[in-house]
Amino acid sequence: MEYIIIIISAIFVSNIVLAQFLGICPFLGVSGKVSTSVGMSGAVLFVMTIATIVTWLIETYILEPFGITFLQTISFILVIASLVQMVEIILKKISPPLYQALGIFLPLITTNCAVLGVALLTVSRGYNLMEGVVFAVASALGFGLAMLLFAGIREHLDLMDVPKGMRGVPIALVTAGILALAFMGFIGLV
Amino acid sequence: MDQWKNFSKGFIKDNPVFVLLLGLCPTLAVTSSAINGLGMGLATTFVLVCSNMVVSLIKNLIPDKVRIPSFIVIIASFVTIVELIMEGFAPTLFEALGIFIPLIVVNCIVLGRAEGFASKQSFISSLIDGLGMGLGFAFALTLLGAVREALGNGSIFGYKFIEGDAILVFILSPGGFIVLGYLIALLNRIKKTT
Repeated sequence: MEYIIIIISAIFVSNIVLAQFLGICPFLGVSGKVSTSVGMSGAVLFVMTIATIVTWLIETYILEPFGITFLQTISFILVIASLVQMVEIILKKISPPLYQALGIFLPLITTNCAVLGVALLTVSRGYNLMEGVVFAVASALGFGLAMLLFAGIREHLDLMDVPKGMRGVPIALVTAGILALAFMGFIGLV
Repeated sequence: MDQWKNFSKGFIKDNPVFVLLLGLCPTLAVTSSAINGLGMGLATTFVLVCSNMVVSLIKNLIPDKVRIPSFIVIIASFVTIVELIMEGFAPTLFEALGIFIPLIVVNCIVLGRAEGFASKQSFISSLIDGLGMGLGFAFALTLLGAVREALGNGSIFGYKFIEGDAILVFILSPGGFIVLGYLIALLNRIKKTT
C-alpha cells in the first residue's frame, strides 16, 4: 500500500517536472518530437534508478557512519557523473541496440537536475532502499509522462498560427503552465 | 570599457534566464516570492564568482581530459560552503529554498561560464563575468518572484498592498511557467522595437 502511495504521488500529484520543477532543461530542450522524448525518458529511467540505488548506499554506509554528510553534494554529483560514463561504456558493450537508442541522451543526463534531485529527495525523506527504488522509477515515469504529453502538444503547436512574439519558447512555457494546471487536478488523490 | 561590457551583458543582452534559457529549474521553483528569488540569485552569484575565479587561476594546471570533472568538484565545494553558511545564518531562507541549494551544482549557468568563459580568460575578466552573469540571474529571479508574488499574494517583498485573496495560482507551479513565458515574450517585443 505504501508503495502505491509513493508511485501515485510521484507520477501524478507531485510530478517531478510540472510540480517540483526538476529536469526543466531536457523537458523544454528535447521535447520537440515524440520519438526523441521517448528516448530521453528511457535514458532518465535507467540512470535515475541506478543513481538512486548507488547514492542511497553511499549515504547509508559511508557518509552517515563517518559523520561526513556535509560531503553529500560533492560525492553525489561525482558518483552520478562517473555512473553516467560507466553506464555508457557498459551499454555499448552489452547491448548495442539499446545504446543506439539511448546513446546520445546519456551525456546530457549528468546535468539533468532531476537525477541529483531525486537522489537527494530519497535521502532527505528517509526512504529505505526499496522505497527509494520505487520512488526513483515512479519519478522517472512521471518525467516520461510529462515529456510525452508535452511533445505531443508541441508537435501540433508547430502547425498553429502563434503570435510572433510568443513563438518558440514563450508559447512552450505557457503550454507547460496549462499542463501543470491540469496536473493540479490530481491534488487530493493521495 | 571591455570590462564594463563583460559585466553588463548578463543583465539584458545575454541574460541567463530570459535569453540563454539556462538554469530554469531553480528559476521556476523558488520564485514564489521576490525575497526567495533574490536569495537564490545571490547564492548562485556567490558560487559563480568564486568558481569563475578559481577556474581561471588554475586553468593551466588542469589536464584537458579531466577538466569537466575538476570544474564540477570546484563548483560543488563552493555550493557546500553556501549551504553551510545559509543553514547557519539564514535558516528560514534555507528552508524555503530547500533542495534547490545543493542543486546549484547542476545549474547549467555555473558550469557553462566555467567551461565557456573562465577556462579561457584572465582572472579579472572571469571575476567580472561571474559577477555580471550572477547579478543578471538574480535580477531575473527577483523580477519573476516580484511579479508572481504581486499577482498571487498581493504583496511585494512581503509588503501587502492588496487586502484579502489574490490569484493564488500564480504562486503555485503553473503560474511559474506562465509568468516566465509572458516575460520572455515581453522582452522579445522590447528588444525588437529598440
